[in-house]
Amino acid sequence: MTDAIIEIADISKAFPGGVRAVDAVSLSIREGEFFALLGPSGCGKTTLLRMIAGFETPTEGAIRIDGVDMAGTAPNRRPVNMVFQSYAVFPHMSVAENVAYGLKMDGVAKPEMARRVEDALALVRLDGFDGRKPDQLSGGQRQRVALARALVKRPRVLLLDEPLSALDAKLREAMQLELVNLQKSVGITFVVVTHDQDEALSMADRIAVMETGQVRQLAPPAELYEHPNSRFVAEFIGKMNVIEATASDGVLTGPGLGVIARAPDLGDGPASVALRPEKIRLNMAPTPALGKDEAEIEGTVTTVSYHGAESHIYVDAGEGVLLSATVQNAERDAAHRVKRGDRARLCWRLADALVLKE
Amino acid sequence: MIAAYRRWKRLHPAGPLDYTRKWPMQLTLAATFIFLYAPILILILFSFNDSRRNIVWRGFTTKYYEKALGNESLIEAFVNSLTIAFVSTIVSTILGAMVAILLWRFRFPGKAGYEGGMALPIVIPEICLGVAMLAFFARIGWPTDLPWPLNLGNIIIAHISFSFPFAAVVIRARLAGFNRELEEAARDLGASEWETYRDVVLPYLKPGLVAGALLAFTLSLDDFVITFFTSGPDTVTFPVKVYSMVRFSVTPEVNAASTVLIVITLFLTAIAMRVQNRSAKRD
Amino acid sequence: MESWRSTPRVFWAVFSAPSFWLVAFFLIPLSLIWAYSFGEKTGIIDIAVTGTLDNYIRAFEPVYLQIFTKSLWIATLSTLICLAVGLPVALTIVYAPPKAKPWLLLLVILPFWTNLLIRTYALIAVLRTRGYVNFGLEWLYDQASWLFQIVGLGGLGAAILGERFEPVEILYNNGAVLIGLVYVHLPFMVLPLYAALERLDRSYLEASLDLGAGQFQTFWRVIVPLAMPGIVSGLIITFIPTLGSFLTPDLLGGPDSTMIANIIERQFKSANDWPFGSALSFMLMYLTFGALALRAFLGRGRSSGLEA
Repeated sequence: MTDAIIEIADISKAFPGGVRAVDAVSLSIREGEFFALLGPSGCGKTTLLRMIAGFETPTEGAIRIDGVDMAGTAPNRRPVNMVFQSYAVFPHMSVAENVAYGLKMDGVAKPEMARRVEDALALVRLDGFDGRKPDQLSGGQRQRVALARALVKRPRVLLLDEPLSALDAKLREAMQLELVNLQKSVGITFVVVTHDQDEALSMADRIAVMETGQVRQLAPPAELYEHPNSRFVAEFIGKMNVIEATASDGVLTGPGLGVIARAPDLGDGPASVALRPEKIRLNMAPTPALGKDEAEIEGTVTTVSYHGAESHIYVDAGEGVLLSATVQNAERDAAHRVKRGDRARLCWRLADALVLKE
Repeated sequence: MIAAYRRWKRLHPAGPLDYTRKWPMQLTLAATFIFLYAPILILILFSFNDSRRNIVWRGFTTKYYEKALGNESLIEAFVNSLTIAFVSTIVSTILGAMVAILLWRFRFPGKAGYEGGMALPIVIPEICLGVAMLAFFARIGWPTDLPWPLNLGNIIIAHISFSFPFAAVVIRARLAGFNRELEEAARDLGASEWETYRDVVLPYLKPGLVAGALLAFTLSLDDFVITFFTSGPDTVTFPVKVYSMVRFSVTPEVNAASTVLIVITLFLTAIAMRVQNRSAKRD
Repeated sequence: MESWRSTPRVFWAVFSAPSFWLVAFFLIPLSLIWAYSFGEKTGIIDIAVTGTLDNYIRAFEPVYLQIFTKSLWIATLSTLICLAVGLPVALTIVYAPPKAKPWLLLLVILPFWTNLLIRTYALIAVLRTRGYVNFGLEWLYDQASWLFQIVGLGGLGAAILGERFEPVEILYNNGAVLIGLVYVHLPFMVLPLYAALERLDRSYLEASLDLGAGQFQTFWRVIVPLAMPGIVSGLIITFIPTLGSFLTPDLLGGPDSTMIANIIERQFKSANDWPFGSALSFMLMYLTFGALALRAFLGRGRSSGLEA
C-alpha cells in the first residue's frame, strides 16, 4: 500500500513469564484515516498501541512510521503522540503549561509557542482555560487538555488509549462525535484503542478486531458488522443469534427447524448460522405468504425485555435453539402486544443469514 | 548462566521505564547494596577467620564462636537482651493494640492532642528519652539491688515506653482496612460485643499484631542509646556490652557474637513475615 | 467511628492502660528533665529547680552554638546525600520487574533488622587504617607501582604515588561520621520515596516522554515535582534521627566530630551537670519539632494541587 503511514510487520511481544500479548500481527494504517483497534481486555490492543508509541519494545518484527523503522527510537523521538487512558495531565502544571510542555521540549520559540498553545486550546474549545489547574477541570475538560497537548505537536499519528472509557455515558456519546469531527478537521491519522464496539463502529474508518494477540478481521465498520469472518467477530460485534446447523446440498437445516440458510459452495457437515436480531421479523399470526427466499420457525416467547425504543424478544424454538429478535416500538403501547408464553413465528430472508465455517 | 540471561534479554527487550535494565541505574543500585551489605558480610566472613589481627584470611575456624560462648559476661548480656525484648514485646503489643482500637473506634474530646502525645515517643530523639529515663529512675529511687530478672525492670519499662506507640501505628494501619460491616454482620447474627472482638476483629488483626510485635522486638533488641542510660553495672545488655568492647578494639569474638545476633533477628523476621504473608493471603 | 459515650466500658478498657503508661513512664520523665533544665546543681546529685534560665543561656555560648550549627550542618549534608542516592534507587525499584521488586525492597529494609551497633561496628572494621578499604587501596597502589616498574618508569611512579603506601585516615573524623550517618539512615530515605513514587501514575512519565522530553527532563520536570511530598517526608524522616544521633559520631568521629547528643551524654555521664544536659536535650527536641512543623507546613502547601 503506497499511502500507509504506519506499517506493522509481523510484530510480536512476549512478556516475562511467557505471555504472548501480541502474536505475529501485521497491518498497515493509512494516512489520514481513523483507525480503531478493537477487542476484549487482554487481547493485546493496548500493547500494540504502546509499541507504536515506543513504551514497549517488540520481541520480534518491525514498526515503520513514514517508512522509517522505529526500532531503537525512544518515545520522545517518534513522530507520534498519545492521549492516555487516564489522560496523564500533569497536575503540577496549568492547562497552558501542560499544552506548552511538548513544544518547550522541542525548543519552539516563545512567541510561536504562545500562538500554537492558544490555537490548540481553541481547537478543543478550551479558550480561556489557560491558567486553570487540572484539579479545577472536569473529566471531559481534562481529556480535551490531553488532546490539545498531543495535537499541538502536530504529530504524524495521534494514538488514543481508551479515550472515552473514563467519561460517563452521555458525555461519551458527545465526545465520539467530537473526536470524529476533530480528526476530519485536523487531518491527522488517529489510532484509537477501545473495547467498546459501539465506539469503534461509530467513529472509525477501519477497525482491526483483535483476540488473544492476533488480528481476527480488519475491515470498515459496515463490512465488519454484516460480513464477520468468524464466530468470534460475529459475536463480539453487536448481538448475534448463532444456530448450530447441518449443511447438505448447499442448504443448511437447523435441529428440527427446516431450511434456515443457504450456502451453495459449502461442503456437507456441521456449520454455524448467524442471524442479527434486527433482521428477524416477529409475527404473532401465521404468515400468509412466506417468500421462497425466506425462513420461518415457530416457538414460545420466554422473555420480553423492554428497552424503550425497541424490545428484545427471546423465543425458544425447541431443541435448545433460543433466538432473540429486535422489535422496534414504532407505535405507542406496541410492546405490550407480546407476552411471555405466547406462540410466535420468526422469519428472515435467507440472504440475511450468515454461514460461518468454524 | 550468562548465555541464558543474554537470551532472556533478547526475548524481553527493555522499555523506556525499565530502569533496572539501564546500566547507570544498575550501577547505582549495585553500589548502594554493596555499601549497605559489604561491611556486614565482611564482619560475618571474618568471624570465621583464624587470625586475631582480623585482616588477612588465614583459614576457617569456629573457635571465636566457642570463645564468645565461653565469655560469661557476653552470654549474660545476650540473655538479658533477649529477656528484655521478650517482656517488652508482649506488653508493647497489648498496649499498642489497645491504642489502635481506641483511635480506630472512638471519637472523644481532645483526640487530636491524644494522638499527638502518642506520636511523641516516635519522634523525639532517643538521647532525650534516654536522659529523661535516667533522671526519672534516679528521682523515684528505683532500687538497684533487685534479683534477676527484676533488676531489668527499669530497662524493660523504658523499652515499652518507646516501643508501644510504634506497635500501635502498625496495628492501626491494619485495622484501617477492616470492613466494619463484618463486625455489624457478627452483631446481627447474635454475637455479643466481646464475642465479635474475639471471633471477627482479632483474627483479622492477627497479621497486624505479628508485625507490631516484630517491630517491638527488633526495636528493643536494637536499642543502645536508651538502654545505655538506664542500665547499671549488673544489667548490661548485648549492645551495651558490644559498645564497651568496641571502644577498645575490634576482635573476632565481637564478630562472632554479632553474627549470632544477626542470624537470630533474621530468623525471627523470616518467621514473622511468613506468618504475616500467610494470613495476608487468606484475606 | 463512634462516640466514646456509646460504649463507655469498652472505651475505658482500651483507654486506661496505655494512657497511664504514656503519662507515668514517658510524659513524667520528660517533664522532670524539663523542670531540671530550669534548675541548678546544689550538690553532687541534688538539683534545685529555681526557674533560672542560665542553662539555656549557656547553651548559646560559642562553644555549644558551634556544636549545634555543626550538628545541623552534618545532619543536613548526610540527609541530602541520602536523597541523592535514595531517589534513583527508589525509582529503579518502583519500575523493576514485578518478580524482582519485593526482593529489592527487602534488601533495602533488611538493614533495619540488623542491630545499629553491629552495623556501626562493621563499618569501623572496614574503614580503619588497617581495614579493608585501605587494604583495597594498598593493593591498587601495589598494582600501579608494579606497572610503573614494568615500563621502566619506577622513579616516575614513586614521584606520583609516593615511596610507599600511606594508609588513608578514613576513620575518626567528620568524613567517617558522614559515611556512617548515610550508611545508617539510607533506608529511612528510600522507603518514603518508594512509597511516593509507587503512587505516581506511570502514565505521567510516559506522557512526558511521549511529548518529547528525555529521561533527565522527565526526572526534573515531572518526577521530582510530583514526588515532592514524598521527598519532603523522606528529608524530615531522615533528618530527625540524624540530627539526634549519638552512636555514629561517638564511635566513628574524631575529637572535633562531637554532635549535640554527645554533649548531652557528657553532661549526664561524666560532667554530671544534669540541668545543663536537660536544657540541651530540650533544645534538641525543639529543633526536632521545628523540622516536623516544617514538614506539616510544606505538606499543606503542596497537597492541594496534587490530590487530583
